[in-house]
Amino acid sequence: MSTKEKTGWYVGALLIVLYAIVPVLYIVSMSFKSETALSDKQFFPSDWTWTNYSGIFAGNGSDLFLPALRNSIITCLVATLIAVVLAMFAAYAIARLNFPGKRIVLTSALAVAVFPVITMVTPLFNLWRQIGLYDTIPGLVIPYLALTLPISIWTMSAFFRGIPWDMEQAAQVDGATNWQAFRKVIVPLAAPGVFTTAIIAFFIAWNDFVFGISLTSTKAAQPVPAALSSFTGSSYFVQPTGAISAAAVIVTIPVVILALVFQRRIVAGLTNGAVKG
Amino acid sequence: MSTTETRSTGGVSVTKQVSGKPRMTDKTRAEARLGWYLAGPAFVILVAVTGYPILQALYESLFSFRLTAPADREFIGLKNYGVILSDSLWWKALGNTAMITVVTVAVELVIGFALAMVMHKVLGWLRPIVRTAILIPYAVITVVSAYAWQYAFGLTTGFMNTVLGLGDYDVFAHKWSALAVICLSEIWKTTPFISLLLLAGLAQVPSDMTEAAKVDGATAWERLWKVTLPNMKASIMVALLFRALDAFRIFDNVYIMTNGAAGTETVSSLAYNQTISRLEIGLGSAVSVLLFVCVLAICFVAIKVFKVDLARARGEG
Repeated sequence: MSTKEKTGWYVGALLIVLYAIVPVLYIVSMSFKSETALSDKQFFPSDWTWTNYSGIFAGNGSDLFLPALRNSIITCLVATLIAVVLAMFAAYAIARLNFPGKRIVLTSALAVAVFPVITMVTPLFNLWRQIGLYDTIPGLVIPYLALTLPISIWTMSAFFRGIPWDMEQAAQVDGATNWQAFRKVIVPLAAPGVFTTAIIAFFIAWNDFVFGISLTSTKAAQPVPAALSSFTGSSYFVQPTGAISAAAVIVTIPVVILALVFQRRIVAGLTNGAVKG
Repeated sequence: MSTTETRSTGGVSVTKQVSGKPRMTDKTRAEARLGWYLAGPAFVILVAVTGYPILQALYESLFSFRLTAPADREFIGLKNYGVILSDSLWWKALGNTAMITVVTVAVELVIGFALAMVMHKVLGWLRPIVRTAILIPYAVITVVSAYAWQYAFGLTTGFMNTVLGLGDYDVFAHKWSALAVICLSEIWKTTPFISLLLLAGLAQVPSDMTEAAKVDGATAWERLWKVTLPNMKASIMVALLFRALDAFRIFDNVYIMTNGAAGTETVSSLAYNQTISRLEIGLGSAVSVLLFVCVLAICFVAIKVFKVDLARARGEG
């Protein structure tokens, strides 16, 4: 590659970095603006202030934000855990065993992944209100499985196909049962794939907005994205821009850190799941 | 009755005819049972969490049913569908959704391919940085990205009006400019996904073919059109289908930025507003069912007309 060509690609790389971070930088900068500076139409604040953050953690926004943060963390972790455990067994079966209906499992996972979530909202809204699941954490975990389970099955079965299964047979020859061979040999080999799947599933659940605003109404179960859209300002006449920006930054930090730390695995997981299946 | 069953064993596909009751040895029977014990729970949940709602929505859509007047619930057959299909609001919402889908997917394909090329070519210390940067839009939740773009273009908060020289023009008060910003935020957020899929596709293009073309004197442009793109066809088609289906469900951006005002209603926001805001369960269910039918239609067209072969693209041969 010539130097000129190389420089071109490097400029392209810098453009990508700018593309990715400018909108994020803007919301970060908004979160540090004082109430009067919010309408100054500048990219960066002229004077930095923590007011918006103290507002959502200790001030009048905390009543809405802190329970929402707790709800989001619990709901997403539980939905991820259930999806990953179930998908792990399914992916093992898909990668390792021959059973009629294997394709049906994969195809239905694919179908559920493209299912329009809003179609689930009307019936669930009605049913949840009748059986008391409306505005509860389990009432959110169940529909989240429709988001997390399909991608978990695809991603994990792609990982599991790359595992040298002969090692399991070797263990079986040495006298281990099916279950022992699975637990002692395969689980450690599969752990990285399981972990990556868990991160991707968590991202998907963390991103949910439709179920959050439709199936919850109070701080009993409302997750952060839904709470963000129901923030009110210090008075009814003030837009809660600062509080929303600060809360948006707080929910973005954990996922961006996960993305930064595990970028290699996430890229592999996303592309394997979608391209190799 | 005979069924055709395809099974892959270690990369080799064997298609065999199973007539009548398949004769299974004890071992294959035990394996089949174990397979279903392991995959069954996930399968049952998958079917239940989406199967129940779609059936219930189909049923509810046949009733005139408002939650504010539950006693007046009445079976009206397909009337709800008649009401929706003869209402210009539905056609406007469908048009907006189709427009957003076509525009975002087309733009994302071009930008996504450019990003994939850069990620493919850049080596050394810059490579992990670029890969990490591209994951940021993927990791940021849609609602946050919607707020970032809304504030950037907002009349009181934004710097974009100054940058673009729009003065006091309220972007979100006009249909086309509001839709443009909705598309922008959607493109920003989801291009990384498409570019990662295309990057995986680029890696599958045999490098000796591009080298051979280079030796034969093909220009970079010719190599792109004649060698690279044809070899990536499968992954491009899969990326297109996935993104189209995803874009067609667009909701979060619209809800945050305009909530359907200024004529920016999409099919999903229409369904949401009927059900949750207006408590019109019957009408809302009918809109949901129609949305589902649209998604099915996109899948059908992709698979039958454009011959998107998901199994082949996924390396199942």
